[in-house]
Amino acid sequence: MKNNSIGRIYNWFDERIHFEYILNLAAKKYVPVHSHSIWYYFGGVTLFLFIIQVITGILLLLYYKGSEDLAFESIQFIMTKVEFGWLIRSIHSWAANLMILAAFIHMFSVFFTKAYRKPREIIWLTGMLMFFLALGFGFSGYLLPWNELAFFATKVGTDIAGVIPIIGKPIVEFLRGGEDVTGATLSRFFGFHVAIMPAIFTILLGIHLVLVQIQGMSEPIGLEGKPVNEKKTMPFFPNFLLRDLLFWLIVINIIAILAVLFPWELGIKADPFAPAPAGIKPEWYFMFMFQTLKYIPAQVLFIDGEVIGILLFGFAGLMWTLVPFWDRKTARGEKNRFINYLGIFAIIFIILLTILGWFS
Amino acid sequence: MDNDIISDPKRQSKRDFLKYIFIGGFTAFVASIIYPIIAYLKPPKVKDVEVSSVKVGKISEIPNDSGMIFKFGNKPGILIHTPEGEFRAFNAICTHLDCTVQYKQDMQIIWCACHNGKYDLHGRNIAGPPPRPLDPFKVIIQGEEIFVSKIG
Repeated sequence: MKNNSIGRIYNWFDERIHFEYILNLAAKKYVPVHSHSIWYYFGGVTLFLFIIQVITGILLLLYYKGSEDLAFESIQFIMTKVEFGWLIRSIHSWAANLMILAAFIHMFSVFFTKAYRKPREIIWLTGMLMFFLALGFGFSGYLLPWNELAFFATKVGTDIAGVIPIIGKPIVEFLRGGEDVTGATLSRFFGFHVAIMPAIFTILLGIHLVLVQIQGMSEPIGLEGKPVNEKKTMPFFPNFLLRDLLFWLIVINIIAILAVLFPWELGIKADPFAPAPAGIKPEWYFMFMFQTLKYIPAQVLFIDGEVIGILLFGFAGLMWTLVPFWDRKTARGEKNRFINYLGIFAIIFIILLTILGWFS
Repeated sequence: MDNDIISDPKRQSKRDFLKYIFIGGFTAFVASIIYPIIAYLKPPKVKDVEVSSVKVGKISEIPNDSGMIFKFGNKPGILIHTPEGEFRAFNAICTHLDCTVQYKQDMQIIWCACHNGKYDLHGRNIAGPPPRPLDPFKVIIQGEEIFVSKIG
């Protein structure tokens, strides 16, 4: 027992919290070391980028005004008048993009190592739902500056949802808060972006992280059978955590460089009575879907090309999300090459169409 | 003794009755909370500004071989002054995905920048993804002034 004043304060808390219990948990946590260990870092960095988004998002909220007449001007104010406002906004925009990139990498690494298999199906499911939410964060946040590009991108993006049979029209109206993209849409997207989606995301994140603690880090299938004394591991605390922190430090430096050298542009204010500007493009993570829609003929067997495209992407996304439940081979502990080929196909497809979209 | 009570058919039916009352009541309770939320999320119908005709401008303001966007109620319209000197007007909303079209002078077409949709100067979709022609308006010229009105 320590008797100086700091020691007394420590003891006061220790009697109530039992630090030993928490430290014991941390001491028991080990991270497997093998040739694919590097992928373990991408979940953590996605979490780190999410934390950056929460902090910078709350800061932006202090000056942002979510209305048709004031949104653009309030961002202009943040960028030009508020001290370091340009920095906060640029970090928010850059970190958003990097977060989605990190989530992509994290998702594919889990897919290829089949870490979604029993007993981690719920971890995969919550992860996929957070991934879709992250795309929703991107889409809704894009409109908030109320500039010309965002206005027309939102018109197109929400209009595409309208091609879904039966439920399409009500979805568009729900998203837009009316028939057209107006100030009502901005209010709605603002509400989704800063309240509804963060609340859902936080719950999913909690489940995701708690289950990762309960189940521990997944090991590659080949390693599972090995006797415990032949496996290499690393204590999570402090060895792995320090490596995590080093990676986070590198990432925050990358963000700082990007935000300073390439501040996020604001463009010109949206005018519902101006022609659409040339070269409107969705954000890069929607590009591959957008570009695919362009290649599908306008009519396929009396059905609109876009309907087919949307239904195909919807089906593919659903199958991808449900992979732990139909991949029977991995569940039995056998190698499943089909999964690898599917993943490689998805990566090549996404990269190829993104590049085609970028240069078209 | 407990088992006797549960297996007593009279008791069992009473138990079932209470179970259904409880489940039914709980469902109604949840529905009475969920329904207003869903109804709240559905945006109320705001009356469109009913417009049948608008004044777009003066002939002198729109040179030959050009186009301009005008407000028709709360929707954009486009007025084209063709190279031949005719005035034509259309709903400016692209029939593909809701973007606003513009007059492209170098090709003498109506063009949608979003997905490179092309219409001729009669509003007919001639290239790109648009599935239908643009909806036409009627152009009325009274003296110097140009009016645009709905057809029919």
